[in-house]
Amino acid sequence: MSAALFFIAAAGAIAGAVGVVLLRDPFYSVLALVVHLVCLAVLFLLLRAEFVAAVQVVVYAGAVMVLYVFVVAYVGGEGDRFEIGRLGERLRGSGPGGSRARLGGAALGGALLLELLIALLGTGLKGISGHGAGYSPGPRTFGTPAYIGQLLLTRFLLAFEVASFLLLVAAVGAVVLARRRGGIDDADAHEALAPLDLAPPRDAGTMAEGVGRPLAPAQARAEGALEARARSARSSPRYPLR
Amino acid sequence: MSIAWYLAVSAIVFTLGALGVIARRNPLVVLLCLELMLNGANLALIAFSRLWGNGDGQILALVVMTVAACEVCIGLGMIVAINRRRLPIDVDELRELQG
Repeated sequence: MSAALFFIAAAGAIAGAVGVVLLRDPFYSVLALVVHLVCLAVLFLLLRAEFVAAVQVVVYAGAVMVLYVFVVAYVGGEGDRFEIGRLGERLRGSGPGGSRARLGGAALGGALLLELLIALLGTGLKGISGHGAGYSPGPRTFGTPAYIGQLLLTRFLLAFEVASFLLLVAAVGAVVLARRRGGIDDADAHEALAPLDLAPPRDAGTMAEGVGRPLAPAQARAEGALEARARSARSSPRYPLR
Repeated sequence: MSIAWYLAVSAIVFTLGALGVIARRNPLVVLLCLELMLNGANLALIAFSRLWGNGDGQILALVVMTVAACEVCIGLGMIVAINRRRLPIDVDELRELQG
């Protein structure tokens, strides 16, 4: 039973990871990561880490992934959809230098996997082929919330406090980073048109206009502003995601 | 299942994450692949925690989750700021730090 559950969860976790790396649309990558996280939580449960599995599902698959989905929707993932037939082309990459970069990445990844497997499985640890230390179910045994809470508030109090302070700093930093600035190169801040700019100038529609008199300053300003707005709308398209 | 199986899965997940960080160009997906690497490390930590029957590895895994949440927070804030300036969402074209 436990072995079957392990193989199902491990296959799900690896398939989710492959999906995150290969899917072209960032939204689908986020969904694949949710699958990966839930399968990983099952693996944590099999390793008797009940509290960490619960935190994984609640915090990661719940809160952090919602944040990701919001940002993907905000940034606008206009990627092309997943098609099996174009998978090879996607892996080889497109554009100059793309194929070499992908090939180098694959070679590096293979080397890394080999090295990790040697380092993890080739150690002299005898317990690595066993099932781990003894375990007896109980209310305060290894991995339960009571056990983790006691450790966090006694031996690891400093780590606990530092982690909470780190979260505070990150929240403040995110607000500062994503805040709307009044800077000069903020592309969203167009120069606002005043209502008076749109009113027809004093001598519009008169004989003076017909004989080619220079435009009144207010009209020239309004036309200039309209033209600048049209130009900025033309020249700053949203860049497509890759 | 023996602990070695969990360690093999952890190594595969970590490698896939590293491959994605190297090969993908969308910073959103690069952040997702960083999450994959952190999760691979978490699985190894919890497997070793089970191996020794000791809760220290689980505490370290919780701290890693906190750090990952902070990294997501800052990274997504940066992506929103990049998007607001209409810069390309592409790590190849954002190689200069100068605003």
